[in-house]
Amino acid sequence: MIRLARAIPAVAVGEIVRVLADDPAAANDIPAWCRMKGQEFVAADGQAFDVRRVT
Amino acid sequence: MDYTGDPAGAPAYLDSATAAPPHPVTREALLAALADGWADPSRLYAAGRRAQQLHEAATAVVAEILGVRADEVSFQPSGTAAAQAAVLGGLGGRKRVGRVLVHSAIEHSAVLHAARTAEAVEVGVDRLGRLDLDAWGTAVRAGGVALAGLISASHEVGTVQPVAAAAELCAEAGVPLFVDAAQTVGRAPVPPGWSLLSASAHKWGGPAGVGVLVVRKGVRWLSPYPQDDLYSPRHPGALSLPAVVAAAASLRAVVAEARSEAVRLSALVDRIRERVAATVPDVEIVGDPVERLPHLVTFSCLYVDGEALLHALDRHGFAVSSGSSCTSSTLRPSHVLEAMGVLSHGNVRVSLHRETTEADVERFLTVLPDVVAAIRKEAGI
Repeated sequence: MIRLARAIPAVAVGEIVRVLADDPAAANDIPAWCRMKGQEFVAADGQAFDVRRVT
Repeated sequence: MDYTGDPAGAPAYLDSATAAPPHPVTREALLAALADGWADPSRLYAAGRRAQQLHEAATAVVAEILGVRADEVSFQPSGTAAAQAAVLGGLGGRKRVGRVLVHSAIEHSAVLHAARTAEAVEVGVDRLGRLDLDAWGTAVRAGGVALAGLISASHEVGTVQPVAAAAELCAEAGVPLFVDAAQTVGRAPVPPGWSLLSASAHKWGGPAGVGVLVVRKGVRWLSPYPQDDLYSPRHPGALSLPAVVAAAASLRAVVAEARSEAVRLSALVDRIRERVAATVPDVEIVGDPVERLPHLVTFSCLYVDGEALLHALDRHGFAVSSGSSCTSSTLRPSHVLEAMGVLSHGNVRVSLHRETTEADVERFLTVLPDVVAAIRKEAGI
């Protein structure tokens, strides 16, 4: 989550950051992070989570 | 942050949703009943008859407060035992109808564990933790439903559930409803319409080790335990009668104070909800802000480890609990927070009680932002 927060400002708006996380809370908490921070949760595939920077 | 081992203020226990500190009446009644009510109430000599009188008086008090008949009330070894006896006995009594247990996604783990013995159908909640009543209606109308189970109010986030409406849907479908009222009994009236109910004395300021099970007349219930009378919800084995007496006495005392305490604690919870949101960055206050328990508030902080937060608050003298995965026995995040789709890490549940003062809350609100900031700083945020 902390690394996601650092990675998002480093990409352009519209680009996607892929998070690899084996934390059992990630499937719940990454979409929650997106909602709280106004970013877009794109999809989850196993332990990979895609987040698009929208702001 | 330097840890001096010396909190800057008096310790404040803020975890009444786990166990409320004993009401003064609990101590008095427990001591009196230890002297007077230690014999086995089923025996036919004078000491046994005295114990039986105490047991009947305690049962009558609880029955009156819950608005049920005394012969519908039984005492159990804990709230967990009561909830599991309700689920297992309710399923057993209707096994000819089917094996399905419909339950909300935010039930207590005691109920979820019991649900694993059945074909469980889970009904979701919204972001605020409110039951999806449409899905509930569909689920209870489906065939083969032996029992439905709904928590009266979430023990983790405080959101009060639409018990009366859920009960109506159950009644239309001919399905008995079990309500786990552990967080409500002693604080507010339980809405009508249920068939089975459980409660837990140490949640209302009674002693630990006393649960209450109510099975309404006409509800089919079959004991999950080996015992002589399989239709009697009485727990097989001797209960702690002094604890039962103390549970009933304390329930009467807390119910007498419940309305004024609810107003006082609810205002303190509103203050916590507002101030935490204003003073802690990247925080999510969880649960329904209005339709909620008076004494309980939950929030989650981004970039904070729940266990680290608990320990840091403990060092400052605050006892709180957490639904974060690192603090649970299963190392999974809270199923309640997951069902709501809210942040589960950095989670803190604060639950107040009759001994909680405004000063306790103010000191907590003063300490919390620095504690969170220190943990984030250590993590490099």
